[in-house]
Amino acid sequence: MSHDPHAHEDHGDHGHGHGVEIPHGSMRDYVIGFVLSVILTAIPFYLVMERPFSNGVTAAAIMGFAVIQILVHMVYFLHLKPSAEGGWTMTALVFTIIVVAIMLSGSLWVMYHLNANMMPMMDPSQLP
Amino acid sequence: MSTTTIPAADEPVRFYDLDEHPHPEGYSTMLGFWIYLMSDCLIFAILFACYAVLGGNFAGGPGPKDLFDLPLVALNTAMLLFSSITYGFAMLGMAKGNKNQVLIWLAITLVFGGCFLGIELYEFSELIHEGAGPWRSAFLSSFFTLVGTHGLHVTFGSIWLITLMVQVARFGLTAANQRRLACLSLFWHFLDVIWIGVFTFVYLMGMLR
Repeated sequence: MSHDPHAHEDHGDHGHGHGVEIPHGSMRDYVIGFVLSVILTAIPFYLVMERPFSNGVTAAAIMGFAVIQILVHMVYFLHLKPSAEGGWTMTALVFTIIVVAIMLSGSLWVMYHLNANMMPMMDPSQLP
Repeated sequence: MSTTTIPAADEPVRFYDLDEHPHPEGYSTMLGFWIYLMSDCLIFAILFACYAVLGGNFAGGPGPKDLFDLPLVALNTAMLLFSSITYGFAMLGMAKGNKNQVLIWLAITLVFGGCFLGIELYEFSELIHEGAGPWRSAFLSSFFTLVGTHGLHVTFGSIWLITLMVQVARFGLTAANQRRLACLSLFWHFLDVIWIGVFTFVYLMGMLR
């Protein structure tokens, strides 16, 4: 059932044996990815709509499901492999994740304190 | 131009190849497009950070619990997920060199993408009709910017999809068209990944707030 990912070496005039590799998965990959995605989407929606657990547990659970589903998409839909493009795809991804993590956590941290300092000024009686 | 040094009597001949090696056309396109997607990822990260910071500033206006309609969001998510797997089927058709299969699945993908955009525009128009437009509060400004930017990406992805359908119909599955389809595949699945973040952090977490 699975197709050879190197089946496209017959096009492009390449003298060095490295053709343009078009990454694509197999039917099996797409079906597995789709079924997992449906399950990983349905559970968080159920948890929030029906509320079987407390808010804190629900929040942690849906964040966990989101992370797993993002990984599922990366593997089964984006066909991300550590070896792709001599590792540069993965390097770019890891770099982006680091930048995003620093930026998100930094923004939340800084802005949390900003808000705390703003609060007393909101009291109209304190204004001149 | 290959140059050689003049070898000394007992030295083996050495070659220094200074030529640019011939690469197949578009050999770096997939990596380049991936790096573009990573920069797009940064745009969305900034918008998510804005939403995370401003999402609680309702300015006395309506909050997520008053505004969001989860069944509608679930339907929207389903549309995007279906469009992802149908695009996958188009890519499988491309691997088999079956032009008609590619065109049919691309058309179905376009329908799901169109449904997604239609539902999102309906949601936005309802919000604006209720007086909860982007001008109402910082929460709504950041909400419309984040979700709207994602919707704009899907819009441009759909335009690209139509362009490629015309290309494939007219010129067939040439090497260049295969490369373009592979780029759009990355783009389309990437938007689905961003949507996972949107429905989790904006809609579902909003209902818990």
